[in-house]
Amino acid sequence: MIELENVAYSYGGGELLTDMTLSVAPGSFHFLTGPSGSGKTTFLKLCYGALQATGGHVRLFDRDVRGLSRDDVALLRRKIGVVHQDCQFLDHLPVTENLALPLTVSGQDPNASDANLKELLAWVGLTSRANALPPELSGGERQRAALARAVIMSPDVILADEPTGNIDWEMSQRLLTLLVELNRMGKTILVATHDLGLIRAAKAQVQTRVLRISNRRLQMAGADL
Amino acid sequence: MNVDLRATTRMLKFDERADRVVPPTGFTARLTLFSAFAMAFLAVFALALSLAAGRVADRWGNELAQSSTLRISAPAGEVATQTEAALQVLRTTPGIVDARALTLDEQRALLAPWLGADLPIDDLPLPQLIDITETDDGYDAAGLRLRLAAEAPAAVLDDHARWRRPLIDAAARLRLLGWAAILLIATATAAMVTLAANAALAANAQVIAVLRLVGATDTYIASAFVRRFALRALTGAAFGTLLGIVALFLVPSGNDTAGVLTDLSIQGFGWVWVVLIPPLSGLVAFLATRYAAGRVLEELA
Repeated sequence: MIELENVAYSYGGGELLTDMTLSVAPGSFHFLTGPSGSGKTTFLKLCYGALQATGGHVRLFDRDVRGLSRDDVALLRRKIGVVHQDCQFLDHLPVTENLALPLTVSGQDPNASDANLKELLAWVGLTSRANALPPELSGGERQRAALARAVIMSPDVILADEPTGNIDWEMSQRLLTLLVELNRMGKTILVATHDLGLIRAAKAQVQTRVLRISNRRLQMAGADL
Repeated sequence: MNVDLRATTRMLKFDERADRVVPPTGFTARLTLFSAFAMAFLAVFALALSLAAGRVADRWGNELAQSSTLRISAPAGEVATQTEAALQVLRTTPGIVDARALTLDEQRALLAPWLGADLPIDDLPLPQLIDITETDDGYDAAGLRLRLAAEAPAAVLDDHARWRRPLIDAAARLRLLGWAAILLIATATAAMVTLAANAALAANAQVIAVLRLVGATDTYIASAFVRRFALRALTGAAFGTLLGIVALFLVPSGNDTAGVLTDLSIQGFGWVWVVLIPPLSGLVAFLATRYAAGRVLEELA
């Protein structure tokens, strides 16, 4: 599904990530941890083709990203839902239209998926906020809206970058519950976080694999996690 | 090439939902609209100038190319004899259809614009003028001059070439300048739309990032911007063209013999060019925005 083989990434003359090898199996739940600035976001961006590795190979759904055009990468990205810490939205469009954005850009009629959209809003608890503009949402609501947008295309993989970074404990537990639900539905989940509490809470509910980025390399986390 | 054609077709296709993903942009919208408006207005005038110069060049060329003048400057007693001799030579010259001595009234009419209509022409030692009409192929001017020197030595042949050529050259140059002005206007429009599109794309870097995150292709993102700018340019140019036409009608018109300035109008096939100004402006904006979008998306990748 997502395979990294001896991947390295350099920027501005310095190597940020080196010799990273990973195979993300379908239906698995991975956590990626490490100190701030260790390269978790960069790693995730490599995993959904937003960045090109400067060394090694990244394969998404058995296709080497290096040989693909930007438009081809964009088409592959539709199979991957991404949730960012800063939850990027189009601020001039209401929540429903932001949620339907992956459908819009892929040429599907969002109105045809109206029932699905309402269901999704109910699932993340945002039915009453359907017509609000993104700047009117709280941090937790934005995270849930971002998760709803990430899954609207029913992607095979969901990547989340510090999804609980800006929200309180209760809200992060609610978000985790949604991620666990998705994993139980067969989705592959990869979450980058430095929130060890979140990882422990997840381990109590579902089988997870925890990776750590340390000294620019990818390692399996210790038994303490 | 096929892929490019497909992408271009997709970009031109109206898609309300796709157009909504780009937020309304203030000054770049107004800049594009105003640039296209002003440039189309100027293009109408440049086109009218070029077409008028072309008409004048053609008219002068046609009117003067097939006619010549023979002037008999002889002492009063010999004018009639020399005129008759010259006419005899002209009538037997291949390439000449007709040769006719101008009457006194016709000569008075020719001088009237300079010396007044009540000129006592009988008292003036005016040369006799003979109007020559040529065939399409014309005559051998050098041979005719030799024959005239022998038969009517007071006759001077003026085949108009001396002053016809610079006039036609000037009109042709003016026509060329008109087209050059149109080309410059198109280039300036492209430059301004490119600048406006660059500014709009740079201001929407965050929007582009979100669209990429959710799987939008570069073609899709570019389309949303390209369509918007092409439509604005088309609208601005349509209004500019309309105002240009109204302004043209306000320019005082002259008679058939008038020159470029009093004949600044669009006639016949020229209207096709005028009607083409708005769609061509839209096309220029489309290509300029497409180029700008390609560059900015490459930079943001």
